Amino acid sequence: MNPRVSVILLTTLIGAGQGLFIALYVVETGVLLDLVAAPIRPWFYFYGALLAFIVTSAGLVASVFHLGRPARAWRSATQWRTSWLSREVIVLPAFLGVVALYAAAHFLGWNGTYGSTQGSFADPTMLIGFTGTLLALALYVCTGMVYACLPFLREWATPLTVINYTLLGLASGFALAAAATLAAPPVVRLFAACALVFTALGFAGRLASLARNARLRPKSTLQTAIGIKHPRIVQTSQGFMGGSFNTREFFHGRSTKFVRAVRWFFLLGAFAVPALLLAAGVAGVGKSVVVAAFVIQYVGLLAERWYFFAQANHPQNLYYQAIA
Amino acid sequence: MTQLALVIDLNVCVGCHACVTSCKEWNTSGSAGPLSDFNPYDRDPTGAFFNRVQSFEVGEFPNTQTVHFPKSCLHCEDPPCVPVCPTGASYKRAEDGIVLVDYDKCIGCKYCAWACPYGVRELDEKSQVMTKCTLCVDRITDVALPEAERKPACVLACPTNARLFGDIHDPDSAVSTAIRENAGYALMPEWGTHPANHYLPRRRTERHLHADELQRADNPLKVDGLQPKPPKSDPALDDVMSW
Repeated sequence: MNPRVSVILLTTLIGAGQGLFIALYVVETGVLLDLVAAPIRPWFYFYGALLAFIVTSAGLVASVFHLGRPARAWRSATQWRTSWLSREVIVLPAFLGVVALYAAAHFLGWNGTYGSTQGSFADPTMLIGFTGTLLALALYVCTGMVYACLPFLREWATPLTVINYTLLGLASGFALAAAATLAAPPVVRLFAACALVFTALGFAGRLASLARNARLRPKSTLQTAIGIKHPRIVQTSQGFMGGSFNTREFFHGRSTKFVRAVRWFFLLGAFAVPALLLAAGVAGVGKSVVVAAFVIQYVGLLAERWYFFAQANHPQNLYYQAIA
Repeated sequence: MTQLALVIDLNVCVGCHACVTSCKEWNTSGSAGPLSDFNPYDRDPTGAFFNRVQSFEVGEFPNTQTVHFPKSCLHCEDPPCVPVCPTGASYKRAEDGIVLVDYDKCIGCKYCAWACPYGVRELDEKSQVMTKCTLCVDRITDVALPEAERKPACVLACPTNARLFGDIHDPDSAVSTAIRENAGYALMPEWGTHPANHYLPRRRTERHLHADELQRADNPLKVDGLQPKPPKSDPALDDVMSW
């Protein structure tokens, strides 16, 4: 497949936005259960939710550039019964709405039920946060399933796709939370530790999918594509010379060397280097390493997503092997 | 239930691209608007087509065969491109099984093209909607046309009659008969899409000659030779020449 910038930005940005929101909810729950000792300033959740909203919205805006007819995008919410893309299109704005509501609830101070200073799980902010967390997780599943549900793209058609989208989103979201927050060092360390765990899990998941894809044998061959039983079939003409939608959409046109370099880049940039920096952040080296961890990991994830698309070999490519 | 489809005889196709050009001509002139081209008379011409003819070389020299392979939407009976469409623009008609795109609903997200293993959907880069073979739905259902012309443009254009059109669910139709009797097959059966379009395989054309075809037993010129020769003493026709 030919990786599109709009889709790469969409999947990486909303993943980070969802992870950031979950990070906020984790802290709010932790405060409630007396697990987070540090005092949380009242604006912490508001600014956090605002950032999650902005990041996720940026992803949504990026996705619009993938559409040929953006003005009709509202129609894409209609086929949720069959289409994972439609489900994603429904869950994403729903999540954004809940994030906005969460920010508003904290802005208006809707925590501390019945006037008590002690929060409870029945607080509006907690209920909204719980809903938002469920939607964020549902959105990970939808985003992953958009790719995992296509059986022909065998590199994607695995539960690992959904798992990796979730883990990498959570990792970058928690890293963003750690990098962006002005809260006390214990909170930064909590975020960095969670980001480190998700980065490690995501690394394991991504290695598993790389190993799986390396062993894939194509199900479709030129023999099944044209239905002729002969070990040697060579295309002599694809029927046109100047390229078509099929040659532009499904071929990335980069050398094997380049693709391999991207793989090494994202293995280092999305996993190894951020993990070291996050570990340093957990150890309390300082804020700058955590900021660096997020920025490097995000760039690494852009490369990871590029590779994710480039690696998928569509069976239609069998029909477009020779120009003339 | 009706399932309209094409049956393409690879044994007969000569790769002339007449089906491609007539398809383009018909479908770029229809009510759905043009199928746009870019740089048609310049370098790197490109554009949306519903039908392509590709060529493959099978075997190793000197035992090679060139196979011309027309490729268009196969109108799968279980089309993977339909359920993935987020807007419902991609649909399969219940009455005749044609897979169509509603150009007014399509948002151009290209997801259906990703979901098609055959690569037969092409985005029209100008109108930015997904386009594909409609089996000339505006033509085959047009009662203003004479009955014989209510066929897809490609079928009418094929000079070697390599393309058959009909209902593959009707066991007595020409297409069903052709599939049954000439080993018609579907492409990429491994994905369970059950394509409605079928292809008829290349067949080796061999001539079996019997000895009596080389020298007819009842050759009238030889009949005389089989007659007993009259004795020399018998009178000849002109009483001069002998037999």
